[in-house]
Amino acid sequence: MTSAALPTVQLAPGQAAWRRFRRHRLALAGALIILVLVLGSAFGPYLLPFDDTYIDILKRFAPPFSGAHVLGTDELGRDVLARLMMGARVSLSIGIVAMVMAMAVGIVVGAFAGFYGGVVGAVLMRLVDAVLCFPTIFLLIALAALTEPGLVTTTVLIAATAWMWVARVVEAQVRSLREREFAVAALAFGSSNLRIMFRELVPNAIAPIVVAATLNVAKAILLESYLSYLGYGIQPPAASLGNMLNNAQIYLASAPWLAIAPGVVITLAVTSFNFLGDGLRDALDPRMNIP
Amino acid sequence: MVRYVVNRLAQAVMLLVIVSTIGFAILHLAPGGPLSQFAASAQMTQEDLDRVTRQLGLDRPLPIQYLDWFGRMLTGDWGRSYRDGEAVLSVISSHLGATLELMATATIIAVLLGCWIGVLGALRRYSLFDSLATVGAMIALSIPTFWFGLVTIYVFSVKLGWLPAGNRQTVGDGSLLDLLHHLIAPALVLALVETAMWGRFMRSSMLEVVNQDYIRTARAKGMPEWRILTVHALRNALLPMITVAGLQFPTLLGGALVAETVFTWPGMGRLFLDSIGYRDYPVVMGILMFSAMMVLIGSLLADIFYAVVDPRIRVG
Repeated sequence: MTSAALPTVQLAPGQAAWRRFRRHRLALAGALIILVLVLGSAFGPYLLPFDDTYIDILKRFAPPFSGAHVLGTDELGRDVLARLMMGARVSLSIGIVAMVMAMAVGIVVGAFAGFYGGVVGAVLMRLVDAVLCFPTIFLLIALAALTEPGLVTTTVLIAATAWMWVARVVEAQVRSLREREFAVAALAFGSSNLRIMFRELVPNAIAPIVVAATLNVAKAILLESYLSYLGYGIQPPAASLGNMLNNAQIYLASAPWLAIAPGVVITLAVTSFNFLGDGLRDALDPRMNIP
Repeated sequence: MVRYVVNRLAQAVMLLVIVSTIGFAILHLAPGGPLSQFAASAQMTQEDLDRVTRQLGLDRPLPIQYLDWFGRMLTGDWGRSYRDGEAVLSVISSHLGATLELMATATIIAVLLGCWIGVLGALRRYSLFDSLATVGAMIALSIPTFWFGLVTIYVFSVKLGWLPAGNRQTVGDGSLLDLLHHLIAPALVLALVETAMWGRFMRSSMLEVVNQDYIRTARAKGMPEWRILTVHALRNALLPMITVAGLQFPTLLGGALVAETVFTWPGMGRLFLDSIGYRDYPVVMGILMFSAMMVLIGSLLADIFYAVVDPRIRVG
């Protein structure tokens, strides 16, 4: 990068990060795809002449690109594209809201454990370890089976099985940051512990937190699809990317398009958030270059 | 060494206590609690319910119930299935074989393929192969396992007719060839995510090792490149993979559940979902606890084994 012939230009940290991010073409592509998915699921349904729950039994299993139904119709004659858009709306919303919840819990637990250390830290982090012992899908399905399924339950349960990784990241950050001069200085000024934790330490750990948040959205979308595919997430007639695949296996031989479209959208969304997270990691914090 | 193992064991026991508390809490905080199945029956009167409550010891204080439950769990009494009254542990163990078969096959595929991809990627860093492998791994980690299973069934069973669309064997058959034929698709589907993980970790582990001083020393001694690679680099790069195996275990178990569902594989994951469908809570809780314990023991073994082969760890 820096050769002797060129004058070295000092970049502001934000600018440097943006440069590194721009170089990461896959992350840019991911951001673009996310934008298209968000806009498509937000405004797309209003542009279509079909309602996502409108049943037309006479037009069952219309293949894609035949007549008015661009992506065909499902086993009840509902328009697949309309369901796809509404499904993406539901799945993306769950992904983002579950991420916010998981981040909130993870940041609070991680900050307390990292700041206080000792017995408090040990107890909190052993709790994190213990929850991580349960394979996520087993825990998620068991909890979902015991509760009333629905949009809120699904979101809360996904958050409940995803906050532990955030807590680990934040705990490690806060534990090392609290020894730094600015934290000690804040303590000397007489700032309260809460203030030091959430106004000084957590904001300084924002880079790994943003990365964790982005990867968390990907994970939440994936978990929603698993849960709804198995029938314990979003319930029909409402569409979600996962529950559109719920019946797809039965019609795999006769109507494969029912399985293909939602799966492609899930994969696109999850891949995009993962690449975005990867790019942000390279851009925001070049040191934590984990594979 | 002994101290490390004892320390690690104590940690595991403590985790087991927390894990079991979480499991117990889930069981009892559920709406209706353990009695909901009985209460749902129209023929049950309040008197009957009271009797069952006393019989199952549900009228005692929660801490006592927990201690009793925990004690019985340690002695192997995990309750009985609501469905057929069979002991939970024997229900689980009768389905365990199929799951382990699937997991072991997938792991073998993933370790061989993943390590090969990772090593090659690290040796030819930023080459076309490396870039494709990196992008491919990310996509593999993003594909929902069940959907990949559906696509596999569509392509190889529906279209090409090469592989069976599910189950562990053809009814009435069950020869080794038939079993292997049924194993291919679910094992490959389960191996996808695992291969991606192993590839990524192997690549970074290998990259770390090839920059070490002892590799330079070996090269300076004039040691042939293949010998440096196999004797010095690969052996050291493989060591941290023991930890990866332990870390990956929960994902592997979860993936097995999904693969079993798609391919109607008669394993523990399939049993778990069936039991949930029947509201067979003792079996559901049993499998939940069993899987958590498998994870716990898996990570314990990985740590101890790692300490045995890498003396640097024991000090920490």
